Amino acid sequence: MTLNEALPLAVLASSLLPGLVIFLLPDAWTGKRTALNLLGAFTKLVLIVILLVGVHGGADYDFHYAVLPGLDLVFKVDALGLLFMSLSAILWLLTTLYAIGYLEESPQRSRFFGFFSLCVTATMGIAMAGNLFTFFIFYELLTLSTFPLVVHRGTDKAMNGGTVYLVYTLTGGALLLIGIIWLHQLLGHSDFAHAGIMADLEATGAISGGQLKMIFLLLITGVGVKAAIVPLHGWLPQAMVAPAPVSALLHAVAVVKAGAFGIIRIVYEIYGIEFAQSLELLLPLAVVAAVTIIWGSLKAFFQDDLKKRLAFSTISQVSYIVLGVALFGPLGTIGGLVHLVHQGIMKITLFFCAGNYAETLGIHKVSEMNGVGRRMPLTTLAFTIAALGMMGAPFTAGAISKIWLIEGARAADMDWAIWVLWTSSLLNAAYFLPIVWRSVFFRAPLAWPAEHLSRYGWRETAWLLLLPPLVTAAATLVTGIFVTSAFSPLAWAQFIAQQEYGPLVP
Amino acid sequence: MTSGLLFACVGAGLFVMGGSGVLLLKHLLRRILAFNLMGSGAFLVLVGMAQRHGIADPVTQAMVLTGIVVAVAATALALALVRHLYRLSGKLELPEAADDD
Amino acid sequence: MMIDLAVWLILLPLIWASLAFMAGPGRGARLAIPALGLQLLLVLLLAGTVSESGAIGLAVGGWGAPLGIDLAADGLSVAMLLLTQVIALPLAIYARSYFQVKAPEGRYFWPLCGFLLAGLNGLYLSADLFNLYVTLELVGLAAVALVAADGGSRQLVAALRYLFATLLGSGSYLLAVALIYAAYGTVSMATLAPVITAEAPFVVWLAGGLMLVGLMIKTALFPFHFWLPPAHGGASAPVSALLSALVVKASFYLLLRLWLGPFAGLTASAGLLGWLPATLGALAIFWGSCQAIRAQRIKMLIAYSTVAQLGYLFLIFPLLTSEAALRAGIMQAFAHGLAKAAMFMAAGVLIKATGQDRVDSLAGAAQQLPLTMFAFGLAGVTLTGLPPSAGFLAKWLLIEAAIGQGAWSIAVVVLVGGLLAAGYVFRVLRQGFLLVPAIAADAPSFHPVPRTLEWMALLLAAASALLGLRGVELMELVALGGAA
Repeated sequence: MTLNEALPLAVLASSLLPGLVIFLLPDAWTGKRTALNLLGAFTKLVLIVILLVGVHGGADYDFHYAVLPGLDLVFKVDALGLLFMSLSAILWLLTTLYAIGYLEESPQRSRFFGFFSLCVTATMGIAMAGNLFTFFIFYELLTLSTFPLVVHRGTDKAMNGGTVYLVYTLTGGALLLIGIIWLHQLLGHSDFAHAGIMADLEATGAISGGQLKMIFLLLITGVGVKAAIVPLHGWLPQAMVAPAPVSALLHAVAVVKAGAFGIIRIVYEIYGIEFAQSLELLLPLAVVAAVTIIWGSLKAFFQDDLKKRLAFSTISQVSYIVLGVALFGPLGTIGGLVHLVHQGIMKITLFFCAGNYAETLGIHKVSEMNGVGRRMPLTTLAFTIAALGMMGAPFTAGAISKIWLIEGARAADMDWAIWVLWTSSLLNAAYFLPIVWRSVFFRAPLAWPAEHLSRYGWRETAWLLLLPPLVTAAATLVTGIFVTSAFSPLAWAQFIAQQEYGPLVP
Repeated sequence: MTSGLLFACVGAGLFVMGGSGVLLLKHLLRRILAFNLMGSGAFLVLVGMAQRHGIADPVTQAMVLTGIVVAVAATALALALVRHLYRLSGKLELPEAADDD
Repeated sequence: MMIDLAVWLILLPLIWASLAFMAGPGRGARLAIPALGLQLLLVLLLAGTVSESGAIGLAVGGWGAPLGIDLAADGLSVAMLLLTQVIALPLAIYARSYFQVKAPEGRYFWPLCGFLLAGLNGLYLSADLFNLYVTLELVGLAAVALVAADGGSRQLVAALRYLFATLLGSGSYLLAVALIYAAYGTVSMATLAPVITAEAPFVVWLAGGLMLVGLMIKTALFPFHFWLPPAHGGASAPVSALLSALVVKASFYLLLRLWLGPFAGLTASAGLLGWLPATLGALAIFWGSCQAIRAQRIKMLIAYSTVAQLGYLFLIFPLLTSEAALRAGIMQAFAHGLAKAAMFMAAGVLIKATGQDRVDSLAGAAQQLPLTMFAFGLAGVTLTGLPPSAGFLAKWLLIEAAIGQGAWSIAVVVLVGGLLAAGYVFRVLRQGFLLVPAIAADAPSFHPVPRTLEWMALLLAAASALLGLRGVELMELVALGGAA
């Protein structure tokens, strides 16, 4: 095994092994557990930096392993995968820190962090999967490892949320599986490749376009459940019963992004963007994404529960990525890809902040947030930055995504998509700005619903709860302002688009 | 009709009778007897139909002997179980509905 | 050398079973466990021999057919032998510590277990129809005795039902053997395979039908499953594991062997015939899963799950024209065998710890017995067919074979069956994950259980999951020498 083959495995191992060891640690061993967690997270970051440099320089990281005769587990690190991996690895580190602070003294921490690590391992596997078979294995592993996290609190309500989550994801998984096997049966393999693998197949004339469209429908429905595309989104608001770090991880990184990432892989590297366009698959996908964007924003507007409002906002925002993918042309692609990262950073900030409000003051509802800005100024600042980003305000990451998406829509002659984006921005403002307004300008109540942590100097809540949202809020600004630097998400998205479309990319 | 075929037909008849007995009878001892009848039927078919040209086939004899040993063992086990059940519950019939909540 | 391997696989369990019987009630574990280790070694050596030199046959004691007994081993039989010993060893270690605590249940466990394993090994190695009958009967009688050994009247009733079902099944089989011998004058499978063709006389078709029905009864295929849930659900945990994981596989193996071997001429000419077991299998999946979802007692739930999982094995019959279907069947046999043994073992731990066997009484189990719940969950993942697990690979192979032959109905059944399986597995997990405050008045109390029990369950569950990452060797083994 060469080093280039071993690196993908090392990336997996850097969270899998600590995870397995953590399962066996007694709950009280906080120090050892934390050390293991952080060791894993930092090792992973280092490995990913090595990979980033390598891939930028054109190196290949390939690992093949036969599971059955004619069926291989394939890991392949490419630019697209790395985009997702870097996002996951960085946010994993921050979420781990946050979770350590959040779960202090609560029961079953070893189990929590064990599954948390498994969850990240699954995400890495999804990002590095070199064929649909491998993708599916980790996609389902993600379902399995998030279930114990969703039901972590062990209440009846948590169980019901978890059950809904499972019903949706497992059914989606079943559809995805049949699509994958069908494809595998036709092609003899299901490897991802730039420009897709289907075009040759149709050229032989053995398979009708109808079959290919059917497979596309199965695959997209399968991954669409996790990407929470309307009408497959029902699980996401229910899954809000999970502890805040889980919501942050699920909604910003792992689950919904795995779905969106799957859509990207299927459209670009299974069907190929041009072939998908010739089969007339992109327009329906764009319409579904547009409906989801509007629907999610509208529903978010009517939620009083803060986490539910964020959940519907996620549904809406993730479909920006799908829309970008479905806009035929490099500009839309870049917009979609860069939003994969930007949305992650912004949404995780919002969930961190929501968790802070809940954990510090017992605030769960928007209507309870009056004047909270004065009690928790830093958290509210982070929240405001992220919310502005979501609206697409200038100097934030969200603005960059939106500009590229709008340009993409224009280039693809889909002017209606521009209207969808503008409408969504207005709706975003309509459901985020009142929160900010309320927390800053309204008078604070005499007593908070349940004040768990009291103020200590200028530190409004526990250290580990405060730090992560501040970092991600700062990142929202940094990625929005320093867009032109070589390793910004935008530059990387352009690098990917170049590979998918050839050298014509601006 | 040769004598072999006659044996075989009688054997088949016995097998069917025994088999339906195992299925339909209630009393456990009767069911065990029915099983033995079924086994004997099968042995008769084995001995009868394999009797080519009027000469007994040693292979079937060996098979039937083995089969009888197996049947005796099965009967012994069944009787032991039935006796134990009788001691515990005082009944020689199985309860109607399968007890499977 | 290879001759000895096969013979010793049958002799060894007979020897330690007899010694255990003589040693007295409840004894024999210390003999059985090393012997089982040795058996595992023998199977591995046999697998090595077979993969080097192909299928082997031998006449025991130098007496060939027709009067002597022929043994044969090819890829398929070695795979089944391997499955048997791989499960038996951890199960024996589990049983030793299980019965130490609760002695009267396990009084006759060791001798009966030995005879059962001898019967199974003999069955997989037999090369003629009559010898198969004898081993089939030995397996059936030992299994019935194991169920009854628990001693309650509930178990006795279950055992008697089981006994009559299994006798009826083997009786049909015996009559079929008689008819075959009458028609062809031989019972050797190798000799029969080329001579039974589509133009065979009516008695041969009749014999085939009798064997099919008889073996379906013994494999508890719907609607002949009535005996299985009370027998498997009522016995003590190690026995349930043994029965569900291994015993029902024996009659399935035999059916498969006959279908592909001696009766290949018939089954190939009647293309629609395969849909009979497949349809019943599909019904078994739906019926068994629905009953499992409704079951109140945890072992009943697992037993009904066995009914459902056996259904998958029968879905392969219409597809057997392609090699992939056979592979799917064997993979499913492994997946279910390992996972079901693990699941019954985990259930045994849960029942021991809570003192009850209702699903509702499991609240808090994930906190108190995390290893066991993890084992149960892993086994459940395999049964549900989620990756990475042997169950997933089985499902993949099965769906691929089905799509390849345009049998969409089978693919749909497999997928829906998987979702139903998730229904009953997560019903248990959901209950186990419920958090019960320790200070609550009705908080369940958990008795301590030996760690060996937990680890052995986890070992088998992990094996069922890990096989999903490396199935190449097994599949190559099955392909060896062909089943036909």
